[in-house]
Amino acid sequence: MKHLLDVQNLSVAFRGDDRRERTVVDRVSFHVNPGEILCIVGESGCGKSVTALAIMDLLSRNGRITEGSVRFDGRELIGMTAGEMDQIRGSKMTMVFQDALTSLNPVFTVGRQLTESLRVHQGLDKKEAAKRAVTLLEKVGLPDPATMMKKFPHQLSGGQRQRVMIAIALSCDPKLLIADEPTTALDVTIQSQIMSLTRDLIHELNMSMILITHDLGLVAEMADRVIVMYAGQIVETADVYSLFHTPAHPYTKALMGAVPSIYDSSDRQLASIRGTVPENYTELSGCRFADRCDHACEDCRSGAKSEGTFSVSAEHTVRCILYAPESDKEVTSCV
Amino acid sequence: MLKLKPVNIPSSPADTYNRQILRRFLKHRLAVVSLIFLGLIVLLAILAPVIAPYDPNRITGGFSQAPSYEHWLGTDQSGRDVLSRLLYGTRISLLVGFMATLISTVIGVILGLLSGYFGGWLDMVIMRITDMVMSFPYILLVLVAAAIFEPGLVNIILILGFVDWPGVARLVRGNVLALRETNFVKSAEVAGMPKGYILFSEILPNTVAPILVYATSVFALSILDEAALSYLGMGVTLPTASLGNMLNGAESITILTSKPWLWIPAGSLIILLALSINFIGDALRDAADPTSTK
Repeated sequence: MKHLLDVQNLSVAFRGDDRRERTVVDRVSFHVNPGEILCIVGESGCGKSVTALAIMDLLSRNGRITEGSVRFDGRELIGMTAGEMDQIRGSKMTMVFQDALTSLNPVFTVGRQLTESLRVHQGLDKKEAAKRAVTLLEKVGLPDPATMMKKFPHQLSGGQRQRVMIAIALSCDPKLLIADEPTTALDVTIQSQIMSLTRDLIHELNMSMILITHDLGLVAEMADRVIVMYAGQIVETADVYSLFHTPAHPYTKALMGAVPSIYDSSDRQLASIRGTVPENYTELSGCRFADRCDHACEDCRSGAKSEGTFSVSAEHTVRCILYAPESDKEVTSCV
Repeated sequence: MLKLKPVNIPSSPADTYNRQILRRFLKHRLAVVSLIFLGLIVLLAILAPVIAPYDPNRITGGFSQAPSYEHWLGTDQSGRDVLSRLLYGTRISLLVGFMATLISTVIGVILGLLSGYFGGWLDMVIMRITDMVMSFPYILLVLVAAAIFEPGLVNIILILGFVDWPGVARLVRGNVLALRETNFVKSAEVAGMPKGYILFSEILPNTVAPILVYATSVFALSILDEAALSYLGMGVTLPTASLGNMLNGAESITILTSKPWLWIPAGSLIILLALSINFIGDALRDAADPTSTK
């Protein structure tokens, strides 16, 4: 199948105050199929958002893509001029940010913000753009769109603002929507409304979505496929069913163990993962999770296969020596 | 397709940002009075050719005559009508203040926007130039400039305009630095909006209020600077009247003590103008503060 987005060996480095570059996303490869929702999960600081920003070419000025390729809809994005990138952003590929409360410009009405990108990208005149904006607002379930158009962001609730953001994101019929923790600032009931609205719209408009989150519940609800990231690397890629039924990587298992369930007995202690994501993780050799892993052994840190990625099943790969094929088993003393 | 029912939230009365500013501004009595006063003066200045009793540059009476029925505010040392000169002088002073403020604000805003948004070497260069201009003693810089380029109405406007911008540039740069990182600017970038659009249509409107407030103080300062320069003979040149060069005659003690009509009208008008503009600026600052709950 032809992939809509194909990311190969993407690495991103940031220059710190001491002018040294640190790689925070390390040779990440994944793809998004047309019509698919891909979730990227992982702890804070593991490179999820940076990966998304790198794809959109929105890294802050001390960051840069050091290697790799990003192909979108058959075109290579890396090395594109700013003008070409502006053509793609907004019209074919777009992004919704975490904090809906600050994503709208406080001095303009909803209507103006919604029609601007329509006019820039689709060349609609004022009237046509306003018409289309009203339809979009209806689509995202906002009541009385005509009045809504005249309102300022501070007159809307958080959920309404996020709906407006989704309407703006969808305004130019993009093929790919990247949502970076789009509902963290909202309370759970609004969150579930927004997410099911997003999912329905994605399917209806035949779009693809990359959803970045650390909420495994949301992953189970939304995802077709899932990528688990840890310390700047992809540690596990699987379709959502395999991931939840047979999680492979010890980190994934640990994440699942940390999720409370409504069926838990009241005295169950929630598991946590000891330690934190290591800083300066580029300098680590071997498996970056080794220090926090219950199964770690010498080979994980220095073994020849310690950085390998292995298949568990057709669509399920994992970056862990425990899953090295039988023929390689002698290289590890891990259990 | 949609399983969701629209959520209905009662709409609040249309209390737009602009209306909030107006409402908060109107609470400042002093500023409202100042605004009315300023409006009146501006109107009188504009209508000077219609209401001035005499040609301001013509000798219409004796030298330094005290106020009388023919000359309400007396005549100056050359026998010209003080009231007419006051009206025309206000015109010039307001023009100088306004144009100088306009020039310096435009320069400052553009440099501040570029410097804050693009950063890097551009920011470095612009900010160093700003520091340089700011580190000269202000009045000396203006005087030297006035000495190099001959004194005159246009030159004084240009000089004041090109010397006053660093403050605005710094103010705007600081605001842009903060605004650049906001989600709505990132969202506009994500939406593939052109850089110029983001700079002037997304960022600039969010920093208009502080610029306006700052501009009022530049306005007041420019009027004072024009007065100072003209008083020193480096500003608006005679016979054109300005509030500053009308004070020229007040150099001697005799005039200060015994012929107050030569300097009190122009002097007090300068003070009142500067005061009322500053009051308006203060009220604007309060009114434009979005965190204010008044």
